[in-house]
Amino acid sequence: MGRGRYFLPRLFYFFERLLMTLKQTPLNAAHRAMGAKMVDFGGWDMPLHYGSQLDEHHQVRRDAGMFDVSHMRTLDMRGEGVRDFLRYLLANNVDKLQSSGKALYSCLLRSDGGVIDDLIVYFMDEMWFRIVVNAGTADNDIAWMIEQATARAPQLQITSRNDLAMIAVQGPNAAAKLWLALPGSQELAEGLKPFNAVEWNSMFIARTGYTGEDGFEIILPATVVPTFWQALNDAGVKPIGLGARDTLRLEAGMNLYGHDMDETINPLEAGLAWTVDLVSERDFIGKTALVTKPRARKLVGLVLQDRGVLRDHQVVHSNHGDGEITSGSFSPTLNQSIALARVPSAVQMGDLVQVAVRDKMLAAKVVKYPFVRNGKGLI
Amino acid sequence: MSNSNNLPGNLKYTASHEWVNKETDGTITIGITQHAQELLGDMVFVESPAVGRQLKAKEECAIAESVKAAADLYAPVTGVVVAINSELGDTPEKINTDPYSAWIFKMKPDNAADVDALMDAAAYQTLVDSEAH
Repeated sequence: MGRGRYFLPRLFYFFERLLMTLKQTPLNAAHRAMGAKMVDFGGWDMPLHYGSQLDEHHQVRRDAGMFDVSHMRTLDMRGEGVRDFLRYLLANNVDKLQSSGKALYSCLLRSDGGVIDDLIVYFMDEMWFRIVVNAGTADNDIAWMIEQATARAPQLQITSRNDLAMIAVQGPNAAAKLWLALPGSQELAEGLKPFNAVEWNSMFIARTGYTGEDGFEIILPATVVPTFWQALNDAGVKPIGLGARDTLRLEAGMNLYGHDMDETINPLEAGLAWTVDLVSERDFIGKTALVTKPRARKLVGLVLQDRGVLRDHQVVHSNHGDGEITSGSFSPTLNQSIALARVPSAVQMGDLVQVAVRDKMLAAKVVKYPFVRNGKGLI
Repeated sequence: MSNSNNLPGNLKYTASHEWVNKETDGTITIGITQHAQELLGDMVFVESPAVGRQLKAKEECAIAESVKAAADLYAPVTGVVVAINSELGDTPEKINTDPYSAWIFKMKPDNAADVDALMDAAAYQTLVDSEAH
């Protein structure tokens, strides 16, 4: 009797906790139907792979694949003076954006130069910029933006677009297959240059990605994303999990927030100097710190010379001191292990370093990254 | 989703997800189970113990590394390493496609009775099921 009385409430509590613990994208059921192995990815229930991470990796390099990236957050920033505010908020210079739909990659910095997040900002018009940020940092980013805007541009509206989903379609055949899946898209998006976007009805189509291949990131209402996902599948675009997403971006030499940089690292020591505008007179949050701080470390590529796999946090020994691997994995395209590592600035391209892999020291060569671009190895 | 209910009945199993086959010549062959390869995903590298190395039961002796993670293998019993499967050097993915054929190393146990004391298929299945919850 006593047990029975508590049974129902406890069961309810259990399910409630499950639902509260892991967030789901609108494609959750579709992933499961496609046989995905689901994992907890920063509080989101996401597909790791749909059978083989290696096959999915090659699918994107050789043909076309699609990624559910609906966990990432789209923000709309609207109002009088939005450009001026972003000039101050972001480390890259939004004055580079002059035509509607043009995109820019930038870091969001603390005043000490630490990276709060990396993001893509799109100029739509002088009253509207769109920003796409990482899932795990979104709430923190918004709080920071609101704090800055309250002090500097209180007229701005910053809206978190939780009603939107996002799919990335990537690979040499991504464009051709997108035209098939989305009638009318070819006329509209064929002429899009990399890092440009166009609005189309309720859709936002950007020629951007995180794989080093041609492709698109498409932002659309959460309500219609399952239909679109199915249409892409019917056009021969295969679903790709987060596992391959990571090896693809690593081969492409693209930073991953929380691994290659975070709030304790400034962008100059994370290989992101090219995204920081220190040339213009413009002041921005973190600028003083970046200009005055000595730059002791840099991000380099490593290619393992021995058999094995480089992993995050392994220690790198060089003639100029120690460093650390920030992203390490196996490169399916090169068929050897590669990594991004933060090392003393004196380390040079071509140097041989030693990496502590468990109980062994393995030789790795310092290289310029990206490792792979448009399906071809560059090392 | 799991195929682990097709566990070969002739093999012995460890709690660390190795399978063990008793050969007629008194040696044992060791690999990783279907359940283990499913958890690890695509294999890219196997580091085998040196032939001739003396191992204690439950001693770390080999590494199976996938794109995702590295997993240690443990000696199922005390004994000496008598062979390694060098074929896996070029084709580690055989562990994914056929885990019960893709053996990793062979040992000569000090004491054959140690092998008999390992888990049978039913006991291992119970362990796998309990880890799923």
